[in-house]
Amino acid sequence: MNGVHDMGGMENLGQVAPEADEPVFHFAWEGRVHALSVASPTRRNIDEGRHQREKIPGPEYLAMSYYEKWFRGLSELLVAHGFVTPAELASGRAAPDAAKATPVLLALDVASRFARTGSYIREASPPLFAEGDAVCARDLNPSGHTRLPRYVRGRKGVIMSGRGAHVFPDSHAHGRGEDPWPLYTVRFAARDLWGEAANARDSVCLDLWEPYLEPA
Amino acid sequence: MALRVKALESLLVEKGLVDPAALDAIVDHFEHRVGPRNGARVVARAWTDPDFKARLMNDATSAISELGYSGGQGDHMVVVENTPGVHNLVVCTLCSCYPWPVLGLPPVWYKSAPYRSRAVIAPRGVIAEFGTKLPDDIEVRVWDSTAELRYLVLPERPVGTEGLSEDALAALVTRDGMIGTARL
Repeated sequence: MNGVHDMGGMENLGQVAPEADEPVFHFAWEGRVHALSVASPTRRNIDEGRHQREKIPGPEYLAMSYYEKWFRGLSELLVAHGFVTPAELASGRAAPDAAKATPVLLALDVASRFARTGSYIREASPPLFAEGDAVCARDLNPSGHTRLPRYVRGRKGVIMSGRGAHVFPDSHAHGRGEDPWPLYTVRFAARDLWGEAANARDSVCLDLWEPYLEPA
Repeated sequence: MALRVKALESLLVEKGLVDPAALDAIVDHFEHRVGPRNGARVVARAWTDPDFKARLMNDATSAISELGYSGGQGDHMVVVENTPGVHNLVVCTLCSCYPWPVLGLPPVWYKSAPYRSRAVIAPRGVIAEFGTKLPDDIEVRVWDSTAELRYLVLPERPVGTEGLSEDALAALVTRDGMIGTARL
């Protein structure tokens, strides 16, 4: 989706503003939103969660704080999956006939959950490209979720590393299964992205799935 | 927002969808158990133990787990090394991808539009705003975290630190040094 979340290469969005001694959460509610999102039964699909936040209309997306977006995305996903109804969300109270669920994450499991390293690598067809191959990022403009930023579409790069086959967000975010594809780290010369004003030595590296690429 | 969040939490607890004690444990995890001190230990170990550094550059996820740091948003770790000729900078232009086990949750600026938009087109300008003017003859390599790989910058060991212990070295390592907006 060509949304405002895909902001690489834009200018005039403000100054980078580091904050000294920044707390992990600025308000207690931010910590609760983060924790609710992690503990939610909707957390199983990270791609769907990302896409839900991307779907926040652009003007609102740009005006909202980070955890406001997380709260909005979580609320909408819970409704979309039928875990809560819009009426329950509005009232903050369960419907009288609502079934009682079992939490997917219990307090005693939190430590082991955070210690457990997962993997997005899956079995798939062998990679089409090898290290050093010249590739071109396809000019794709899907209406759904994608991790192919606009600023590399149509631009030439070189395969730096193959990373194995990974869960493909463009399918996974939309309930079309994990659909694994080979993933590559692709290096683009800064001048091929931004023109002659860029330093000739500089580069930008992205992790791109095979369906995003074609031979150059 | 506080009231709306409280209402959602109450609803999800009432419906049995979340365990309120789990929420407390999650907040505690991010406030007290992960953060840039973890990453600093990884860097200090790499500076002092060449075998560890070799493992770190070859398979960062596995090497980092030797120090006890593992878990979500660190599932596929990649360490990129600063050298006299190369400076690395990490960003997530599309959202807020960040290596939680070694750096904790990202600061607000990392997740915000100005950084996400400019880090890829004007990395030298962004780094200069953080206080470091990079020479023109150094290569700046920006890593846009578009998949589930998570990047950690291995800064150069500062000169004059030859006699320091691993703990003392770790104390020199900053969060921004491991994102790449600063050089140590």
